Amino acid sequence: MSQVSRSSLRIFVLTAAMLSILFVARAEQSLVDKRAPDFSRSDLQNARIDLAQYRGKVVLLNFWATWCGPCRLEMPRFVQWQKAYGPQGLQVLGVSIDDSVAPVRPFVQKLQVNYPIMMGDAQLSDLYGGVYGVPVTFLIDRKGIIRARYDGEPDLGALESEVQKMLSAH
Amino acid sequence: MNRTCAVLSRTLSLAFFVPLAILPLCGQQSQPLSAAAIPQDQLIRPDQLNRELQSHNTPLILQVGSRILFDEAHIAGAEYAGPASRPEGLALLRNRVANLPRQRAIVIYCGCCPWDRCPNIGPAWHLLHQMGFTHLRVLYIAQNFGADWADRGYAVEKSE
Repeated sequence: MSQVSRSSLRIFVLTAAMLSILFVARAEQSLVDKRAPDFSRSDLQNARIDLAQYRGKVVLLNFWATWCGPCRLEMPRFVQWQKAYGPQGLQVLGVSIDDSVAPVRPFVQKLQVNYPIMMGDAQLSDLYGGVYGVPVTFLIDRKGIIRARYDGEPDLGALESEVQKMLSAH
Repeated sequence: MNRTCAVLSRTLSLAFFVPLAILPLCGQQSQPLSAAAIPQDQLIRPDQLNRELQSHNTPLILQVGSRILFDEAHIAGAEYAGPASRPEGLALLRNRVANLPRQRAIVIYCGCCPWDRCPNIGPAWHLLHQMGFTHLRVLYIAQNFGADWADRGYAVEKSE
């Protein structure tokens, strides 16, 4: 094999490898700094929740489940934040990926959750770039742009600082 | 008098220390089975399973976690049989494997949460182990199905 064809082969292999890495990367990475996909769902009180109705607010969108240990730790903090930062424009939205609503209602009541809880499905998870484990939390700014995605148990102190920063930005 | 004191103190000691010794055992029985209870030699890493899936002798793969997570993405060829943290999920798993030969190669996985927080994988392993499956392995998913399987480019499917 000549020197030229060897180096062409090397370039081809390298390019193919880079492209395959790009293709296997999930869509979630591309959602940051993009407009948050609109969705509409009923919450546990049967109120219609449209993401679009929260434009102008900072939205913390949290995918969770009753059986998820880290979710149980972070949700009481989200309840506190909704109370403390709600007047400044924070809106927390919860999407449960439990298989049925039965365990969700008593759980939400016990925690005295003060923000809308909706039941999720594969379609909604897909819309948000794939939620293949919980918790997953998105921070959406006042213009409806996703500014961060947190997979797994986040550093709640850092997340709160980010929320405060986004609330103070106009 | 001395004898009475000795008997009294022995009785009090028994009354105090025996419950202390027994209580932790009671607690262990009532706690859900954790992933940590699964023997190391029954774990299989994602890269190992992915290699195995390229061969002809593929095991039966059962997802024992959330239905929504399964519908969204699961290991290509896997079947749903959960969630094993709930009685109805364990019943589904039991029914699925009831008529299988006990030598059947089975891999179970969940991936809902980090390994040590997963509520499903421990009970699922325990059930199949008790049923006598001898070629049972558990996919070790350190973080979640996204990070440890899908993001690595291993084959996934969605439910129809």
